[in-house]
Amino acid sequence: MSNRSNKLFEPALVQTALKESFIKLNPKTMMRNPVMFTVEIGTAVMLYVTIYSFTHAGQGSFAYNCWIFAILLLTLLFANFAEAIAEARGKAQADSLRKTREDTPANVVLEDGSIVTRSSNQLLKGDVFVCETGDTIPTDGEIIEGLATIDESAITGESAPVIREAGGDKSSVTGGTKVLSDRIKVVVTTQPGESFLDKMIALVEGAARQKTPNEIALTILLASFTLVFIIVCVTLKPFADYANTPITIAALISLFVCLIPTTIGGLLSAIGIAGMDRALRANVITKSGKAVETAGDIDVLLLDKTGTITIGNRKATRFYPAQGVSEDELVKACVLASLADETPEGKSIIELAQQGNTRISSTAPDGSEFIKFTAETRASGINTPDGKRIRKGAFDAIRNLTINAGNQFDAAIEDRVKAISSNGGTPLVVSQNEKVIGVIELQDIIKPGIAERFERLRKMGIKTVMVTGDNPLTAKFIADKAGVDDFIAEARPEDKMKYIKHEQAAGKLVAMMGDGTNDAPALAQADVGVAMNSGTQAAKEAGNMVDLDNDPTKLIEIVEIGKQLLITRGTLTTFSIANDVAKYFAIVPALFIASIPALQSINIMHLHSPESAILSAVIFNAIIIPMLIPLALKGVEYKPIGASALLRRNLLIYGIGGVIAPFIGIKLIDLLIAAFI
Amino acid sequence: MNPELSGILVSFAITLLIGIPLGKYLAKMFAGEKVWTDFMKPIENGIYKLSGISPNQPMDWKQFLKAMMVINSLWLVYGFFVLMYQDKLPLNPDGNPGMTPDLAFNTIISFVANCNLQHYSGETGATYLIQHFIFMFLQFTSAATGIACAVAVFKALRDKTTADVGNFWVYFVKSITRLLLPLSVVVALILTFNGTPASYAGKDKFISLQGDTVNVSRGPAAQFIAIKHLGTNGGGWFGANSAHPLENPNYVTNITEVVAQMIVPMAMILAFGYFIRRKKLGWVIFGVMAVGMFMLMIPTISSELGGNPAIAKMGVSQATGAMEGKEVRIGPMATAYWSTLTTIVSTGSVNGMHDSTMPLTGLWQLLGMMINSFFGGCGVGILNYLIYLIIAVFISGLMVGRTPEFMGHKVEAREVKIAALITLLSPFLILAGTAISSYVFNNYGNANWAVKPSSWLNNPGYHGFSEMLYENTSANANNGSGFEGLGDNNIFWNVITGLEILIGRFLPIIGPVAIAGLLAKKKFVPESAGTLKIDTVTFGIMTFAVIMVLNALSYFPALALGPIAEYFSMLK
Repeated sequence: MSNRSNKLFEPALVQTALKESFIKLNPKTMMRNPVMFTVEIGTAVMLYVTIYSFTHAGQGSFAYNCWIFAILLLTLLFANFAEAIAEARGKAQADSLRKTREDTPANVVLEDGSIVTRSSNQLLKGDVFVCETGDTIPTDGEIIEGLATIDESAITGESAPVIREAGGDKSSVTGGTKVLSDRIKVVVTTQPGESFLDKMIALVEGAARQKTPNEIALTILLASFTLVFIIVCVTLKPFADYANTPITIAALISLFVCLIPTTIGGLLSAIGIAGMDRALRANVITKSGKAVETAGDIDVLLLDKTGTITIGNRKATRFYPAQGVSEDELVKACVLASLADETPEGKSIIELAQQGNTRISSTAPDGSEFIKFTAETRASGINTPDGKRIRKGAFDAIRNLTINAGNQFDAAIEDRVKAISSNGGTPLVVSQNEKVIGVIELQDIIKPGIAERFERLRKMGIKTVMVTGDNPLTAKFIADKAGVDDFIAEARPEDKMKYIKHEQAAGKLVAMMGDGTNDAPALAQADVGVAMNSGTQAAKEAGNMVDLDNDPTKLIEIVEIGKQLLITRGTLTTFSIANDVAKYFAIVPALFIASIPALQSINIMHLHSPESAILSAVIFNAIIIPMLIPLALKGVEYKPIGASALLRRNLLIYGIGGVIAPFIGIKLIDLLIAAFI
Repeated sequence: MNPELSGILVSFAITLLIGIPLGKYLAKMFAGEKVWTDFMKPIENGIYKLSGISPNQPMDWKQFLKAMMVINSLWLVYGFFVLMYQDKLPLNPDGNPGMTPDLAFNTIISFVANCNLQHYSGETGATYLIQHFIFMFLQFTSAATGIACAVAVFKALRDKTTADVGNFWVYFVKSITRLLLPLSVVVALILTFNGTPASYAGKDKFISLQGDTVNVSRGPAAQFIAIKHLGTNGGGWFGANSAHPLENPNYVTNITEVVAQMIVPMAMILAFGYFIRRKKLGWVIFGVMAVGMFMLMIPTISSELGGNPAIAKMGVSQATGAMEGKEVRIGPMATAYWSTLTTIVSTGSVNGMHDSTMPLTGLWQLLGMMINSFFGGCGVGILNYLIYLIIAVFISGLMVGRTPEFMGHKVEAREVKIAALITLLSPFLILAGTAISSYVFNNYGNANWAVKPSSWLNNPGYHGFSEMLYENTSANANNGSGFEGLGDNNIFWNVITGLEILIGRFLPIIGPVAIAGLLAKKKFVPESAGTLKIDTVTFGIMTFAVIMVLNALSYFPALALGPIAEYFSMLK
């Protein structure tokens, strides 16, 4: 993407966020976050106390109250800023995607066939428009007629053009991409303002953002901690009366604000937004925050072999004629059968044939009938006018074909098929008039580095499953070589579905990626279904994420983003609660030292005075929020070292660290304050 | 070795020797496997038949709790009236009067709830009929109620997906016939042979060396004292509880009673591990609880053996440690050991005066009751621990990047809500109760109650605050021990602690059973390499940290104003 920003604090965004931080002070907005809402109430009370102390004695000096009020207000603004900057970053990211498609003229085809030009944002679902070479596609849609090469670099950043055509699984076009050649007719699939991107932007923006189940549970826990501290602070008043110790309201409110988990409370929504934002930066549009969260829990990952595990496509490497068939004959038949085959495999067969000595014609005889590949027949081919029925396809498909026709299946061919398969190749068996005439060997190339990624997944506790149309032998060879845990060979869409349901019945969460219409049910069934942007509208509707890059390895990144999101929440909660220990040691002696001098012994930080102790604690409590914003936005790093080891590590850093850090921080601030008083 | 130290080491060793096999036995017995106590079956079947219970009927968690609440309410209501009119009923050789309504309210709640906070004195406040057929009866049933509810949680967490948590009546009856009753017989016999009275005769008389006539209360006490400890009840037959020479005559009975109050709570933890077939988890929880116990016990013993700094300042030798409020036949170390156990396991019986212990000892006693799950009461200890576990699971689940799961079930908003509510409950009851007491003491000193608020406290100042804090904490924790030195038999304390006991008992039972029931109904998620294992030392440390931090944060200011302020003032 052209203007992808990696800087955390872009000046323009900071400016928007600063403005937003004040707007978000509106109590109605604050109420969504119970922890910070109580801080706001405390701040309001402090404002009153400050004004009161201007004219009355007994509640501490006016200046001291002013300071406390100011710091509390700052605490609120910092928390709001955290949320606002996360929103601004997410929105900026989404906007830059959306900008590409604004106000593009669209040539709409009316019912009578005439063409009028309209602005893209006037397009309604069901409208049909045409695009020709050089046009920018005005909005998301599905090709209903034609074929075109399209430059999707505006969305995916990938410069190589892609082919999109009507029918089949590559019929979707995205608004903002450019037609490089040919002409297509496209039907609009979304209402204006309802595209996935629009939905995503709404998710990032405040109003429509729904809390995820885990976020709700955490909010409940934090709210209950807040309630505990309300009880602690309210009951402290009669306790202090009993001990004949007057406590100022400023001190009570300070204690309260310091104790409640403001750090996590202030950063919680920012963490959630940042999770979706990180997904978007990876060019994945999520339809809900929940999907990102679920991604972190995935147990089983279904990956298509092609494109994920192996580099793009298989290539034909050799022809093996059957007994009594000359190589020449076989090659000619293969070429004929592959003429209409636009798949890379089909093309590679013709390429291989051209390298050989055989002179081949590149056109089929007139009146030929091309037989398309279907998932059911698993074979394709040609019927020529002179009565040849040539088929090429999977071993068992062709075998069935020949046996059903009453012909013998050549045993030598069967051995050859097995030999090819066990070497990781894919045999393509060719028949003519239901008699086997030979085998084409296709070879797969495994992506470099993929085995390491699977190892990483295994350490995360995720089982990887390779889905392939190959026969079991080939599948096993590649599965072993790439290091996946399991594979589904000769997979039909319903096999995927069956596998997902089977794993889910055992309580596993399953993620998969798909693009075709026949993937849609499985995408919907999977707990995390990622549809490729190039896929059909049905697939995109069924899944809960859309990958703009059409990159199958993206699933791995999505899982890590999900885990990071949860880890960030957990560690900052721990940090926030652990901080309280030091704050107690700062504030409790400060509250009682005047009337119970013996409690000087628990002033273990030797803070300068009760006022400076309270101020230091409140200041520390406020500035820790902005200090942790970068961590909240970037997320705490996930390390696949096993759950217990990870817990130990995070407990050490954020638990023990959370206990120690404020002791140092509060002492330093106190030294500073003491120097200025 | 120091004989006092060897005394408590022997006690602990005996506790382990009985507790560990008892845990295995309980797991088998409640799972319905073959055990040697199967000879009780005909008696149990007789009870089921007589009460119209069908023992094989499954119950979901709501039905289970309903059964539990109904039977307990029944005892609560009829017990209340019997207490008020005890003077008109038989078996009253000493002519004790009926209870005032507020005292009857407090007392019946206290015994139904396994708390045994006593605002009356056994010698003068209750007849033999009440002591035996109300108090002792409830000491069995309240312990069995706690155990039955814990077993329901075991069952819910063991089965992968189920709505059935087991039959309340069956667990309840078996807890009595196969655990509490047989053990009580053994303990009662030991006590009787060591001099604890077991007859229905009234007061005895003797003339002391000074020539005074002394009336000595007696009664069928041995049976009562056995279940008082085995069921972690703690209510004494006599007012002075196990400091009374007839309730705890010698060192042998002291060991017997201290062992008796620990074995069932300890066995229940291990039974949990065996029952759910995660032996290691049982031991990890056991380890966390044992570490917590020693963390409270060691400073308690050391502060008691160190003696009183105020006395030390006067130049008086305290070679035997702080002896105020201690029985000479028991000594400070065994008293300190007992005081730790009785506060962590919610027994609340005492063999010395807690009010007289050192300020820091008071702090550890209070903390033991606030945490209330280092072993904890019969059955309820593990239920309280479950709440801490859920919170630990939730936070650490997040920390390892998975939405939290516990025993193969996702922990979601509903479970967290219940756990959060229960976590909130203790600070609320303890702190609000103490705040109201302080407020009344400060502002309504002359209220016209049986004991005027201004004369509630034997010791004003920090110690007086500790006395009020202790009373509220003991009530909420269903511990029942008293710091004493507090004028508590009046309408204020009877009502406020009565309510605290009632709420502090039943909500923390309902909560965990509900959580377990809800979890059990969810889909079972098998463990994978990414799942956080909860039967590891790491997770044990995490749970321990959650327990300590939550309690420290909730109570630090209150403790600072009570025992901590007293301690530092004493040093100055």
